[in-house]
Amino acid sequence: MQNIELTEDLMAPAEMDEGDREKISRPTRSAFQDGWIRLKQNRGSVIALVILLVLVALAFLGQVLTKNNYYDTNYSAILQAPNAEHWFGTDKFGRDQWARVWYGTRVSLLIAFVAATLDLVVGVTYGSISALLGGKVDSVMQRIIEVLIGIPNLIIVILLMMVMPAGIGTLIIAMSISGWVNMARLVRAEILKLKDQEFILAARILGTSNKRIILKHLIPNTIGVIVINTMFTIPSAIFTEAFLSFIGIGLQEPKASLGVLINSGFQVINSQLYLLLIPAVIIVLIMVCFSILGDGLRDAFDPRMRV
Amino acid sequence: MQKYIIKRLVYLLITLLVITTATFFLMHSLPGTPFDEDKISKLSAEQQRQVYASYGLDQPVYVQYFKYLGNVFQGDLGTSTLYSGQSVQGILAARIVPSALVGIQAVLVGLVIGLILGIVAAYRHNTSMDYLTMVISVLGISVPNFVVAALLQYFFGLKWGLLPVAYWESYACSILPSLALSFGVIAQIARFIRTEMLTVLQQDYILMAKAKGLSPVKILLRHALRNSLLPVITILGSITVNILTGSLAVESIYSVPGIGSLFVDTIKANDYSTILGLTLFYSAFYVVVILLVDILYCVIDPRIRLAPSKE
Repeated sequence: MQNIELTEDLMAPAEMDEGDREKISRPTRSAFQDGWIRLKQNRGSVIALVILLVLVALAFLGQVLTKNNYYDTNYSAILQAPNAEHWFGTDKFGRDQWARVWYGTRVSLLIAFVAATLDLVVGVTYGSISALLGGKVDSVMQRIIEVLIGIPNLIIVILLMMVMPAGIGTLIIAMSISGWVNMARLVRAEILKLKDQEFILAARILGTSNKRIILKHLIPNTIGVIVINTMFTIPSAIFTEAFLSFIGIGLQEPKASLGVLINSGFQVINSQLYLLLIPAVIIVLIMVCFSILGDGLRDAFDPRMRV
Repeated sequence: MQKYIIKRLVYLLITLLVITTATFFLMHSLPGTPFDEDKISKLSAEQQRQVYASYGLDQPVYVQYFKYLGNVFQGDLGTSTLYSGQSVQGILAARIVPSALVGIQAVLVGLVIGLILGIVAAYRHNTSMDYLTMVISVLGISVPNFVVAALLQYFFGLKWGLLPVAYWESYACSILPSLALSFGVIAQIARFIRTEMLTVLQQDYILMAKAKGLSPVKILLRHALRNSLLPVITILGSITVNILTGSLAVESIYSVPGIGSLFVDTIKANDYSTILGLTLFYSAFYVVVILLVDILYCVIDPRIRLAPSKE
């Protein structure tokens, strides 16, 4: 311990400019930037994000790297093992599996993204209207949701798939019809929590218009919940698509999706395991990465985790 | 409590009515007929009319609808057109046994393995055991059950020839489908128990138990596990959904003569009445499980009150 002698002249008030006191020393960061910074510190999430980006890039560029396309049949080269000409081998019609796999990945991702976006739009709108209007409207809207939530999603999707013509559009519509309920519930809960908080009250006292409150205060504060839920919706949409195609009511040949490829790989599982394995590995990678990324985002956006 | 259960039962009935109605009209807007096109076109117009009449398909759709609803209330789900002449409830009853066997085995296996993994992971938090459990649970949730089923079939059935696949004769035939279905359950339970245990292990009463000098095994099983086990009930609902959807693909892959493979077969054959019956069965099963889970949870944990009290 070092003894410091305290003298009178050490006790002089610090000189400070009045204006300096109010200065904000750090740059302001929005909740979004804050979350992004914390996400970058999470190694697992970063790796998942990179793998996803690579897969997305391959889904679009995979076709460019080879001169084969996903629909040309070549009966002199059927069921070939992976080789220099066909990197992932060929299927029972002699189609190039490399081209088919990346085309299928693109279709699966496309279906998942569009379905998730539709969920998001319908769910967020429904949830926020229900929360903001409150009263009778809210209770009617909630009763509707309570009925819908009891319906097993997959059954409804299967039924719709049977009635409508097979195709990408049908898949997307069928999945969106049953998928938005969860999002609507989350957004409603979040907005209900926010709308009575002091900063909203403060905004109202300052005379902020309703529109501005929704756009500038409520939506930015719910965006974390929305993003995270979307991260979990995408893999489940990819799964649903693959599942439907696997049991034979999704997309039809020669169109390819990961589910269609797994299904046709399964039929020759005994002799050509790679036809099943490659699309299966890709679908697993996509789902694993999305779920790790989703967990990472949840941690990153959780204000209680803030250091 | 009673008021809450009655309210929930009313919702349950409305939900089932909505599902039945929607399914009924969807089925009747399907292209094609529920009969074999080749065979039916060979019949004369009069014979065709008779076939339709025998299934009640010659009447206007709304008459058929109310007739169907009335029959359902009396426990009559109609007659299958794919398995001609058999009643839907009869087919269901025959098919339910294999499905139940596979499903229950899957849940039990999943519960036991999931519990062990979860406990070990929490007890050895941040060790390689913990990471291994996390990897297993992420994979278990992410690998589609039909991929698991296909791979198990390839390795155990075709490559190593250990277990029978694609037929249903002895008990051994139920092992692989149960394993395939249990994968997701293991993952869900292990993950859940791990999180719960981690919270519980930090409670004061665990410290107290340690201070008393209890053995770690006793602390884990008597004190920690008991308290972490309660919330597992909340994920029973999602486990049920998992098993239900999984059974569709897994049963088809292994040719289990259960409800899942029946559903897939009838969908491909446009068998209206069986599809309707199955949809109703699946939905009823699902909503009842969810209701039971909610009630059970409230009964077991007195801290949770379902209906907000008035005081």
